[in-house]
Amino acid sequence: MNYEAVIGLEVHVQLRTRTKMFCACANTFGAPPNTQTCPVCLGLPGALPSPNFEALRLTALTGLMLGGAIAPRCKFDRKNYFYPDVSKNYQISQYDLPICVGGELVLPRENYPKDAQKTVEESRRIRLVRIHLEEDVAKSFHFEAATGVDFNRAGAPLMEIVTQPDLRSPEEAFAFLSTLRLVLLYGGVSDADMEKGQLRCDCNVSVRPVDQEELGAKVEIKNMNSISGVRRALAHEIERQMDVARNGGRIAQETRRWDEAAGATFGMRSKEMAHDYRYFPEPDLLPVVVDSWIDEVRRAVPELPVARKERLMRRLGVGESNAEVLVADRELADWFEKAAATTKNANGVANFVVNDLLRELGAAGKPLVESPIAPEALGALVDLADAGRISSSQAKEVFAEMFRSGRAADEIVVERGMEQVSDTDAIGKLCDEVLAVNAAMVAQIREGNVKAVGNLVGQVMKRSQGKANPAMVNAALKEKLGI
Amino acid sequence: MKLHEFTASRAVAAIRRCEVSSEDLVRALLARMEAVEPQISAMLHVDAEAALAEARARDAAPPSGPLHGIPIALKDNLSVRGQPCTCASRILRGYRAPYDATVVEKLRRAGAVLLGRANMDEFAMGSSTETSSVRATRNPWDPARAPGGSSGGAAAAVAAREAFAALGSDTGGSIRQPAAFCGCVGLKPTYGRVSRYGLVAFASSLDQIGPLTRDVRDAALLFNAIAGHDPHDSTSLSDAPADLSSALGRGVRGLKLGLPREYFLKGIERDVEESVRRAARELEKLGAEIVEVSLPHTEYAVATYYVLATAEASANLARFDGVRYGHRAEKPSDLLEMYGRTRAEGFGAEVKRRIILGTYVLSRGYHDAYYLHAQKARTLIRGDFQQAFARCDAILTPTTPTPAFKLGEKMQDPLQMYLADIFTIAVNLAGACAISLPCGFVVRETTLPVGLQIIGPWMREETIFRIADAYEQATAWREEAPPL
Repeated sequence: MNYEAVIGLEVHVQLRTRTKMFCACANTFGAPPNTQTCPVCLGLPGALPSPNFEALRLTALTGLMLGGAIAPRCKFDRKNYFYPDVSKNYQISQYDLPICVGGELVLPRENYPKDAQKTVEESRRIRLVRIHLEEDVAKSFHFEAATGVDFNRAGAPLMEIVTQPDLRSPEEAFAFLSTLRLVLLYGGVSDADMEKGQLRCDCNVSVRPVDQEELGAKVEIKNMNSISGVRRALAHEIERQMDVARNGGRIAQETRRWDEAAGATFGMRSKEMAHDYRYFPEPDLLPVVVDSWIDEVRRAVPELPVARKERLMRRLGVGESNAEVLVADRELADWFEKAAATTKNANGVANFVVNDLLRELGAAGKPLVESPIAPEALGALVDLADAGRISSSQAKEVFAEMFRSGRAADEIVVERGMEQVSDTDAIGKLCDEVLAVNAAMVAQIREGNVKAVGNLVGQVMKRSQGKANPAMVNAALKEKLGI
Repeated sequence: MKLHEFTASRAVAAIRRCEVSSEDLVRALLARMEAVEPQISAMLHVDAEAALAEARARDAAPPSGPLHGIPIALKDNLSVRGQPCTCASRILRGYRAPYDATVVEKLRRAGAVLLGRANMDEFAMGSSTETSSVRATRNPWDPARAPGGSSGGAAAAVAAREAFAALGSDTGGSIRQPAAFCGCVGLKPTYGRVSRYGLVAFASSLDQIGPLTRDVRDAALLFNAIAGHDPHDSTSLSDAPADLSSALGRGVRGLKLGLPREYFLKGIERDVEESVRRAARELEKLGAEIVEVSLPHTEYAVATYYVLATAEASANLARFDGVRYGHRAEKPSDLLEMYGRTRAEGFGAEVKRRIILGTYVLSRGYHDAYYLHAQKARTLIRGDFQQAFARCDAILTPTTPTPAFKLGEKMQDPLQMYLADIFTIAVNLAGACAISLPCGFVVRETTLPVGLQIIGPWMREETIFRIADAYEQATAWREEAPPL
């Protein structure tokens, strides 16, 4: 029997805000334990939460970017459970009135793993259940004889995105997370680095016979800390479940932990009873009237990667593979657009950015902001080449020098005497000289071996020390040969 | 008159005229405590040296505000930086608050001196202070009787002249009921009028901080000092409270006062009812019009309250787990046992009863039948008041159906204890404001005060102050002092 996997994701995203969700503590990482805390995030007796408006705004922005319906009013609820990383033993979350309901994410081919891109189904749409806002919990550290809790992260704003069980393969999960991550970066919502815990993903996965409607027993897997880790964990877990199913076994509904080093999932201590979180409306917070500020957020929705790629291709004439590389990084695409705005040849700029600039930055270990070449300076280089003042191989050379010294292209061209000869008389004179010493070849050409013209062009270029405009040389020779 | 017999207003005036120093006042009250505390047990912690140091600092500084140099007692559920805040519970033994509640900040800004911490029912759960893990407070009018609760320590301290004024908290009557039992004035402001930041929460949607004082003008003085918006409390009202000075002395002519028919039916003792009806006639004489109003869902108030308040409390008290502060069970074998034993050892019986009840009403399968139903009932009860206030400016009721009961009398029967708050609870559910002030005495074995409750519409504290002040000025009940 053939089986298929059914996957749904719960993605937690740490929002990029200055302060925590319900207090004025800094929302930063890496500080010594328990130094970014106050009575509110420590859950001290008498302390009260006051909501961070910026976190609400970023969550609504995410909802808008993902095409969800923004609730006119939302509220916070208490999710009750005892654990040392929850300072109040309840977490402030959103239960039945989340800030956003629905939405979807289309998976572009280029966001799948490289090795899977050839075989993927075009434009899969993954529907979202909801997006809500809650407070992050503290971090526990287990020592030999004790456990320590660091509350620096406690109370940080955390957005949860829940998908429908629409995903069918580990590769789709990979593509979903890559695409989502890009959207979050575009919106400035989060730095969305999985390895830093800014993006966390729990996967619900089950298998069922391909012709079966009903879902199989759901297994939740946790503890993946990269997008490829999610892919590996799912691949392993699906294989495991299919093995069990094929051998007539029963898959237990449970939570399993992914062990990256072992490359396998392991069952976690199963809880005796299903959790009853006893949700009820948080009485310390008033319902949030989203309607009163959502229009302002609507105006701030940025152009998303898929739309941007389309525009770069259609409007600016950028090639598809260039466009894919550019939009994968909002900063890079912004840089490119700044450069492209100064010239007519946007794809020429794109070629330099995608091939040369990224390579040089990588080799120098520099981030884009430290590029020695300004966007406008690259535009000027492309213009020089397009005007025929330097050849394309000279342009590459000039680029390398620009990157090394940060100097302007025309300055380098003049200094190195690279300027192409575009003077018709001078070129004509050089052509005559070459024709005079190649009588045999001229005869061959006249008899029909037109290809040999290339050889003559080469000789003219050599005599000009590479400065002659090759296109003009070609034209001049053809004219003189009467072909 | 001895210094400890002053009202807060009189003390303010005396300091302003340099007749006394703040230190004199603190010393007088400390001496009074020494004399009567063995009988009353109103206070839990008094740091005499700290209070005297604060007083001396005030004396050395120029006048700082309307309460300059005035000692104020605080219920033990209000956070003061560096002071214990035990809520009279074993589970918070050893805990010291690292920050000031907003009301404490405001009191300091007004120039007040913090006098000490008053006893209470554990986590404000009770109506007699008998659930305090430390000891019960006694009623200054009859030490065999309860001072009421949960702010019983604060009320007894004010009545016994150990403090000019105190701040308490009122979730279902916890300021007004002890004020009535002890013969003082107690105000429960409109929900949101006073910031709850720093008040250890019992039931967040019902809790309000308010003053307990010897007379109405003192209550106004303290209310002015603590009311107002606070960005740290999202539920605090954004509009500024009205200035009460124009309300005091204005009289009641032209006001319509409602007597709710449902409050004069059963359970109320005849002489208590008679005191309240007499007060209504007095107000009529002063120019008010008395009308009958109806609050038809009154009979559901107590049940509604005990579902909602306990539900919220079950979550509010979850943080007391031994992990970060307060009591922790010794040598637990694992986390679950640490939670279980810490809480078993740390909480008293009434607190456990309410946590269990609140957990139950929120549990899957019961949530809709209890919690959701109670929310709907709360909406109806609020609606009752809205309709009543369309017909009158304020409502007059007894604060309690009986005068102070005896210590031990109701401890074996929680339901009887819960019914002691029957006339005050609905006001918290509605979120309206109310004040209790003495309106006479009844005789049991001794003479006991009776409280008149004046309930006002949301944000209309000036209306109830106007009525309370007119009544108080026309009568002499506040002259009576307990026989100590």
